[in-house]
Amino acid sequence: MTRASNRPPVVPPEAALPSYLRAGYTLRSWLLTTDHKRIAILYLVSISFFFLIGAIAAALIRLELLTPAGDLLTNDGYNRAFSIHGIIMVWFFLIPSIPNTFGNFLIPLMIGARDLAFPRLNLLSWYIYVVAGLITLYVVLSGGVDTGWTFYTPLSSVYANGAVVAAILAVFISGFSSILTGLNFIVTVHKLRAPGMTWGRLPLFVWSHYATSIIFVLATPVLAITLLLVAAERLFGIGVFDPALGGDPLLFQHLFWFYSHPAVYIMILPALGVISELITSAAHKRIFGYWFVAYASIAIAVIGFFVWGHHMFVSGQSYYASAIFSFLSIAVAVPSAIKVYNWTATLYKGDIELNAPLLYAMGFIGLFVAGGLTGLMLAMLAIDVHVHDTYFVVAHFHYIMVGGTVTAFFGAMHYWWPKITGRLYPEAWARASALVILVGFNVTFFPLFLLGYEGMPRRYHVYPESFQVLQVISSCGALLLAAGYLLPVAYLGWSLFRGAKAPANPWGATGLEWTTSSPPPKHNFIEQPVVERGPYDYPISDPLSRSND
Amino acid sequence: MSPGFQLWPAAASQHAREVDLLIGSFGAMVWLLSLPVFLLMGFFAWRYRRGRAANRRHRPNRNIWLETSWSAIPFTLTMVFYVWATGLFLDLQHPPANAMTIDVVAKQWMWKFQHPEGAREINDLHVPVGTPVKLVMTSQDVIHSLYLPAMRIKQDVLPGRYTSEWFTADRTGVFPLRCAEFCGADHAVMGGRLVVMSPARFAEWLAANDGGALSPAERGAKLYRESGCAACHDRAANGLAPSLEGLFGTRVQLADGSVRTADEQYLRDSLILPNSAVTAGYRPIMPSYANTFGPDEIAALVAWMKTSGGSRPQ
Repeated sequence: MTRASNRPPVVPPEAALPSYLRAGYTLRSWLLTTDHKRIAILYLVSISFFFLIGAIAAALIRLELLTPAGDLLTNDGYNRAFSIHGIIMVWFFLIPSIPNTFGNFLIPLMIGARDLAFPRLNLLSWYIYVVAGLITLYVVLSGGVDTGWTFYTPLSSVYANGAVVAAILAVFISGFSSILTGLNFIVTVHKLRAPGMTWGRLPLFVWSHYATSIIFVLATPVLAITLLLVAAERLFGIGVFDPALGGDPLLFQHLFWFYSHPAVYIMILPALGVISELITSAAHKRIFGYWFVAYASIAIAVIGFFVWGHHMFVSGQSYYASAIFSFLSIAVAVPSAIKVYNWTATLYKGDIELNAPLLYAMGFIGLFVAGGLTGLMLAMLAIDVHVHDTYFVVAHFHYIMVGGTVTAFFGAMHYWWPKITGRLYPEAWARASALVILVGFNVTFFPLFLLGYEGMPRRYHVYPESFQVLQVISSCGALLLAAGYLLPVAYLGWSLFRGAKAPANPWGATGLEWTTSSPPPKHNFIEQPVVERGPYDYPISDPLSRSND
Repeated sequence: MSPGFQLWPAAASQHAREVDLLIGSFGAMVWLLSLPVFLLMGFFAWRYRRGRAANRRHRPNRNIWLETSWSAIPFTLTMVFYVWATGLFLDLQHPPANAMTIDVVAKQWMWKFQHPEGAREINDLHVPVGTPVKLVMTSQDVIHSLYLPAMRIKQDVLPGRYTSEWFTADRTGVFPLRCAEFCGADHAVMGGRLVVMSPARFAEWLAANDGGALSPAERGAKLYRESGCAACHDRAANGLAPSLEGLFGTRVQLADGSVRTADEQYLRDSLILPNSAVTAGYRPIMPSYANTFGPDEIAALVAWMKTSGGSRPQ
């Protein structure tokens, strides 16, 4: 890549061209907008709301587990709490979290486009999400479901009480929102790149969202079919999964995990893209091994379709299949490991600003590595037979989804906050919250690894006394973690009104999104950007090393 | 299940100790691979922090050999553990031929155990130390999972089919027995104790508990006689139905041309869904017994077909 300098950015003066936030003040101008940036804000508000509900359910779970007896919640109450927690956090927070907020906001800006390829489809996907969300709220208010988020048959299709069909309907509908978003991203990346924005100049954030979109489009329909079959069995007694009707309960697990394992990568791939941006911007340095990192995203998306059977090692599936799935599950860890090593190498000889986004990114890497390596342990057959369906698994996937995705979400929130809102956040508070979240997270979830290996199964509200010490530590950690999550809400909210005005490029970063004003005007750029260099071509600023690179 | 804090679960079989060794060594390797990342990340962030003079010349942007090696070396190391873990897992799939077989029926929310000698128990399972024990399990309703943490094993228990797991306890004691697959309201209390006893004490326990009850095979024989099965199967010469004598474990040629081994699953399927596997040369005239026999009774009939080799009861 040559280091030709980009032409100086044309930053529109606020008075001449209003920012997207000032393009209209009515409720209608928000609810009927087709601006990808406003839709991103709509998503941000709605997923935050669902995160709050999911978090309340989590709080109930952690309070119940303070004592070995089932004293706060009944057995049904506890089962409903963790089912709602899972359903909401997976489908109404984690899956849309980074793609539908930051992906929506940033992909057109990063590739130099005015909007996504199908702006009205984009708005439709939000409305579909809202309809699905309202049905979920109905499920919560009408007493909930007690199937767990996995809806295993024949428990869900025949035996469970509660609003199972409504919950299935909600998840089914939300899937269409995912499919539309994936479709929109794929077409946008193919067709709307600015002149000069070759595939080799795409920011890694865009690569990871491209990989995510492939999964959105290919995997979500399988979930939709599966859930419809469960509903058909429950409503009409059509035998698909219940052996009493001639069905096969394992068929459900195969279909469900064929979607739900790739869905794990829907949740983590966008986060990996965020970290690549945060690391390069803080280090002011080109990413180490651009193509390895870019193709690692694609490799994760592809191999991720062939590992679903590792959820079924003790289910009764063929042990030859288990041996193959175990091998493939180890293989899918390789591209993730590449990313981690490459991020570390990117810091080498960097010009590193120890800002809050970098602290979040480093916290992410630590938690992601811990989650990934314990995933490798779970891929080992003999280990999985012992720890499957125990707290070990709960700890593992919370390290990936909460330690990973939610930490990256907060990192992204800080890094792009100036671009999205036009305000700077208070840096000292942000660093403090990154630390509180890292400590709070580990205190909450590390004890669960030990509980799992000791043999405590998941989804128990009553448990032997020997597990209490670790459960109490975990619940205390959850309190700290909650404080860590609330801190940014407070100071970011404050900065919305009192924060200093943000310049166009507060980080001195190279991405196209930083060449337009903060916040950007309605159509993103005053004139069509032309790209003449790679995404991370940082000039050498340190005089000591200016002479060569 | 002793009260009080514990950090490592009791291990009561050779397999359990091998799993402990496996996770211990794999855990050590995992630290070996990840610690350098954590240390270097912190070191680089501090050494190359903005404003600090440092040598930033010759910044590498890619190094294909380095990148290939840090993918390939950890992968190869992990493969060693893959072979180890898969080997241990395959051992679990092949119970010794002399294993003592206990039938298990799970239902919301209890475990029913049936010893070959006739003793039956609920939620608690008594076994002798040093003897391989094979649990042949099925469920009456939803999916459950029989989890024996002290043996480091679990296996899902499904409606409509048999799964099995086996272990050889190598120390006496009382260990937890739990349901690991979420099965509805009382999932958390669907469990009991695994009581491992010396052979002498176990024999005493067995004598005190079977109370002259019929063994499963004896109950199966009785059912065979009283449910009218014999009317066809005892008169194989008439060509109505195949003889069941010596059937278990043989290879059966089916009417659709395929061949199946007459294992527990085959015998059960033939009772519940007789038309799914009709023996070659016979007409599909056997009715389904799905609504006649419960899992206990099917287990008894299967036990009889296995143990007596299908010899005709007197």
